[in-house]
Amino acid sequence: MKVNFRIYRFDPEKDAEPRYQNYEVEADPSDRILDCLNKIHREQDPTLSFRMSCGHGICGSDGMTINGKSALSCQKLVKDFEKGKEILLEPLKVFKVIKDLIVDQEPFFEKYYSVKPHLIEKEPPPEKERIQTQEERQKFEDATRCILCGCCTASCPVNQDPETASYIGPAAIVRGYRFINDSRDGAKEARLALFDNKDGVWGCQTFWECTKVCPKEIPITMEIASLKKDIFDVTKHKK
Amino acid sequence: MNYQHDVVIVGAGLAGLRAANECKDLDVAVVTKIYPTRSHSCAAQGGIAASLGNQEEDKWEWHMFDTVKGGDYLSDQDTVEILTKNAAQTVYELEHMGVPFSRDANGKIAQREFGGHTSNYGEKPVKRACYAADRTGRVTMDTLYEQSMLSKIKFYPEHYVLSLVFDKERCIGVAVYELASGEVHFIQGKAVLIATGGCGRIFNVTSNSFSSTGDGFGLVYNAGLPLEDMEFIQFHPTGLYPLGILISEAARGEGGILKNSKGERFMEKYAPTVKDLAPRDIVSRAILTEIKEGRGINGEDYVYLDLTHLGKEKIMKRLWEITSFARIYQGVDPVTEPIPVTPTCHYIMGGIPTDDKGRIIKDEKGTVAEGLYSSGECACHSVHGANRLGCNSLLDVIVFGKISGESMREYTSKQAHHLLSFDPIAKEEKRLKTLRENKGSESIDAIRTEMQKTMTQHCSSFRNEKSLTEGLEKIRNLKKRYENIEVKNKGKVFNYELMEALEVGHQLDAAEAMLFGALNRKESRGAHYRDDYPDRDDDHYLKHTLVFKSDKGPEVRYKPVKITRFQPEERKY
Repeated sequence: MKVNFRIYRFDPEKDAEPRYQNYEVEADPSDRILDCLNKIHREQDPTLSFRMSCGHGICGSDGMTINGKSALSCQKLVKDFEKGKEILLEPLKVFKVIKDLIVDQEPFFEKYYSVKPHLIEKEPPPEKERIQTQEERQKFEDATRCILCGCCTASCPVNQDPETASYIGPAAIVRGYRFINDSRDGAKEARLALFDNKDGVWGCQTFWECTKVCPKEIPITMEIASLKKDIFDVTKHKK
Repeated sequence: MNYQHDVVIVGAGLAGLRAANECKDLDVAVVTKIYPTRSHSCAAQGGIAASLGNQEEDKWEWHMFDTVKGGDYLSDQDTVEILTKNAAQTVYELEHMGVPFSRDANGKIAQREFGGHTSNYGEKPVKRACYAADRTGRVTMDTLYEQSMLSKIKFYPEHYVLSLVFDKERCIGVAVYELASGEVHFIQGKAVLIATGGCGRIFNVTSNSFSSTGDGFGLVYNAGLPLEDMEFIQFHPTGLYPLGILISEAARGEGGILKNSKGERFMEKYAPTVKDLAPRDIVSRAILTEIKEGRGINGEDYVYLDLTHLGKEKIMKRLWEITSFARIYQGVDPVTEPIPVTPTCHYIMGGIPTDDKGRIIKDEKGTVAEGLYSSGECACHSVHGANRLGCNSLLDVIVFGKISGESMREYTSKQAHHLLSFDPIAKEEKRLKTLRENKGSESIDAIRTEMQKTMTQHCSSFRNEKSLTEGLEKIRNLKKRYENIEVKNKGKVFNYELMEALEVGHQLDAAEAMLFGALNRKESRGAHYRDDYPDRDDDHYLKHTLVFKSDKGPEVRYKPVKITRFQPEERKY
């Protein structure tokens, strides 16, 4: 079947302003949107640039805006869209565009590094593994699914608003949640303090957009809310 | 630009990251053609093998035996001993770094059964695979990347390595192409580690990332170094039909069963003792045999992997990722329906020959290539022999990634940087200019598609002389056509067409080495099965293939297998 795409184009070497270009692709209903992009790149227009790697939603390379919503192009199939209707592909919102569908990931990663995403030991580890119960491990199971694709942050209205764009964003908070809820970690209070400000968890206005778009179905808004509650409890306890 | 570091690591997957972390007190650079955290290691699902014995008795000697037998006795047993003896410590180290392993009822690292892993030298399946649900690779890579953020390791993201740079015999760095700018740079190092991963994309159905193009093979092969045992290519039995996306062996480790169109549990026929948990080469051939004999589902090229008896809770807790893959790409819910699966190109047992320190060796005598190291899937430490067991690859990349890091620290402490007597950048700029300006008549896509078709047709699970010869002829023809390609995109910023053109060159080299090794190995062993020589022939082929590039085409030489503890026996499961 024929599928029509309208794709955001911007080449910093040539274009003063972004533009849109239309393509028609012969595709199967079960083809991934990523397959269609590859067909365009390989058969029609080698100047089209986009990132990809694993092709099945585990590496996080190909986040983009598909018909206005953040998604991985390898996780969306042609048949997921209304037949005969043009599919609009644009770069992730919030991120600065470098070329076509390629965005600058550095600021996103900087925010992720800022949450100290590594285990801070309570005490030196034993000779073998540390003991952690199944219940303790289950507390942060969902958060371990994050692949840092940026779809959540790109879809967050708080991040999208230039006034509040300094908000650390859902992805970084999910990573914080992962360590705060890991019984092996010894820095819960310091980690919570990192998030206890207007650009931290209090930046979240509970729009639920991150949760709706997360390709790995992480209950992000609930995790952010859980950290808000943790901060509240810790502060109350101190008083 | 010229950059200078003590150690230059090519590849930011698990092997590269583990090596980088091992020598992070030095000035370390990690170069990757994609972005960190995107490397193919993240697709590893089922676990990492180690005889922790958390759920039942286990010993590293049993693990060693299983690895050697699984590899159909082609593994070098000295390196297998290093691999399996160090496994437990390796897993504990990962846990200490923060890898979120799943847990058993006692709060220890959870372990499950996996293909070919047995207790007491083949008696029954044993729980040896340490796992984090079915995303073990993803969370391990996140952990190692996050650890590397604590040090001063310098990452060069989206830089594609054009060539290894030598001063006389010694490798002194890499020339790279920066995708964001289109500029060529030279990254100088006292030691260079090749950790570029696998090459599944040479075939048309694969579990591998688009980025798994075997660049490291082309880089060393074109530098006059050999490739080892390239004919041994693993087809994973359970690729999601028809895309080939990996459905982890953990599905069978947790109790999943393969069924043909008659609803028969056909693995009982092929491996009566371990059944569905036989090694991958055996299960893949069994599935293909069932299909060939007309017992594929609805007469199509797939069989069923049935998990429906496992229950929703177990599936959602331990197999979340593969469940989501089946739902998204096939519209099948594994909780209630069987998953359609078929073998998919998954892993290469062979690769860049190294010694037990991760140093690249350049001939059958074991002469070390100075300054060059390799680890990860692209390396052949020769632990997997003719067929790798599941969960041994995560173990391999961590154990030998670490060893390579240690070796590079030791080596670089005694070395000074070479003073450059030539300009490595100018040569590569000229090569790229030629490639960019070449007005050829061939398209990269056409050559790649033809290559993938050829390799799938001629170099898959069943092979013979006639077919391999034809395949080799086709690849040689494609190599000629490749000289006449045209890169139509003339831009500098994120010109992926140019990078893909270079990748296809590497892929064709690796494809030729695979076919050539397979044609010359007139026996069946592990993943290399020849219809015309269906038996293993230890008298003539208990040896490693080394393929060298020469002006007359590939040349083959052999080196002996190191046998220490386990003499070759008939391989039955």
